Amino acid sequence: MAKNEQDEALSRGEGYEEEHVHSVYEQIASHFSSTRYKPWPIIERFLKSLPAGSIGLDIGCGNGKYLAVNPDIFIVGSDRSHNLVKIASQHQPHAVAVADILDLPHQVHFFDFAISIAVVHHLSTPERRIEAVRSILQTLKPGGQALVYVWALEQESSRRGWSEKDDQDVMVPWVMKGSKKAKNDSNSETPSTDKTFHRYYHLYRKGEIEHDVEAAGGKVVEAGYEKDNWWAIAMRGET
Amino acid sequence: MKLLTLNFLTCAIKTCKSNPASFPLHPKDAELEQIEIDMNPIFIRNILPRLDWVALKTLSSELGLASLPEDVPTEEELMGEDGEATQTLKDLHVLLMETGIASGRLCCGACGHEYAVKEGIANFLLPSHLV
Repeated sequence: MAKNEQDEALSRGEGYEEEHVHSVYEQIASHFSSTRYKPWPIIERFLKSLPAGSIGLDIGCGNGKYLAVNPDIFIVGSDRSHNLVKIASQHQPHAVAVADILDLPHQVHFFDFAISIAVVHHLSTPERRIEAVRSILQTLKPGGQALVYVWALEQESSRRGWSEKDDQDVMVPWVMKGSKKAKNDSNSETPSTDKTFHRYYHLYRKGEIEHDVEAAGGKVVEAGYEKDNWWAIAMRGET
Repeated sequence: MKLLTLNFLTCAIKTCKSNPASFPLHPKDAELEQIEIDMNPIFIRNILPRLDWVALKTLSSELGLASLPEDVPTEEELMGEDGEATQTLKDLHVLLMETGIASGRLCCGACGHEYAVKEGIANFLLPSHLV
C-alpha cells in the first residue's frame, strides 16, 4: 500500500463517508434517481413473497424504487440523503424519513422484514459495515428476514471490469452530463459542463457478506450473486 | 408524513430503545395536512393487527383529533357483510393514510430530544455529540 493510500485508509470513518458518500448523493440525487427505476429480480422476488399486511423497512431507500414493488405491504423507507428522500416520498401508501443506518429511528425486534440495497458497501471500515448489518438485523422480529445487497468485486464482465485481484476500496466516478441549457436555469442541478463526482465503495468479495452477517450475530438463510452484486437473506441469531 | 408512520418510529438514540417512554414520539407544534389517497380497505384491515393501538390513541389525542374507540376495531366493524367499508374503516383511512404532519417536531419522551419535520419529512440525523 502506498503512503497516500495508507493515509486514506486511516482517515476512513464517519467524516470520510460524509465527504465521499453523503454529500455526493445529495448533489447527484435527481440525476441518480432518473437512472434508477428497474427493480432487480432477487429483490422483487423477496418483496413479492411477503404476506399482505407485512410491515418492514427499506434502509437506504434512495429514490424509493423498491417501495413501488408490492402495494399490499407497508414500508418505512429511510435514507441519509434528504434530496433522495424527497423523491422517494411520492410512493404511496409507503412512508419515508431521513435517517442514518447506524442510528435508525425504529423499534427493535419488531419488523416483519427489512431490505438494504446497495448501502452497506458505502460504510468505510470493516467495523462500521458489521455495525450496519447489526443495525438492520436488530429491527427484525423473531423469524423476520432481511435482504442485504452489496456491490461485488468479482465483476469482470461489467463495464467496470473489476476482478478478485483488485483493491476492494475504490472511488467510483459519477459523471453528470452538462447541458448548455442549464446555464440559464439556476434551479437545475445540471451543470453547464460535464461534472464528475466520486463515491466511496467497498467492493465485497465472495463470502464476505455472509461473514459480516455472522459477525453481526445474524444467521444467513440464503445467499448468492446477481449481476455484479452479492446478496444475503439473513435473520437474527438465537441470542 | 402520514400518521401511520409514527407507529413505526421511535428515538434514534441507542440508549432510548430499551426505555418504553421513547415510544411513541410526541408531536410538538405540529401543523397537519390532508393528502387525499385512494382507499384500500384490505390494506387497512391487514395492517391493523400490527398497530400499537394505545400509541395511536395517544397520538390522536395529542394532536387534538377525534377520539378513537377504546379497543382495536374487529373485522366485522371494518367491513359489512357485503364487503363494503364501514364508516369506522373510512375514518381510519383518513386518520392513518391521509392525515399527516407537514411541519413541527417529534419529541422523545425518554431523553427529550426533538426531531424536526419539514415539508412532511422527518429528520432523524443526530448531532455529532449524540452519536
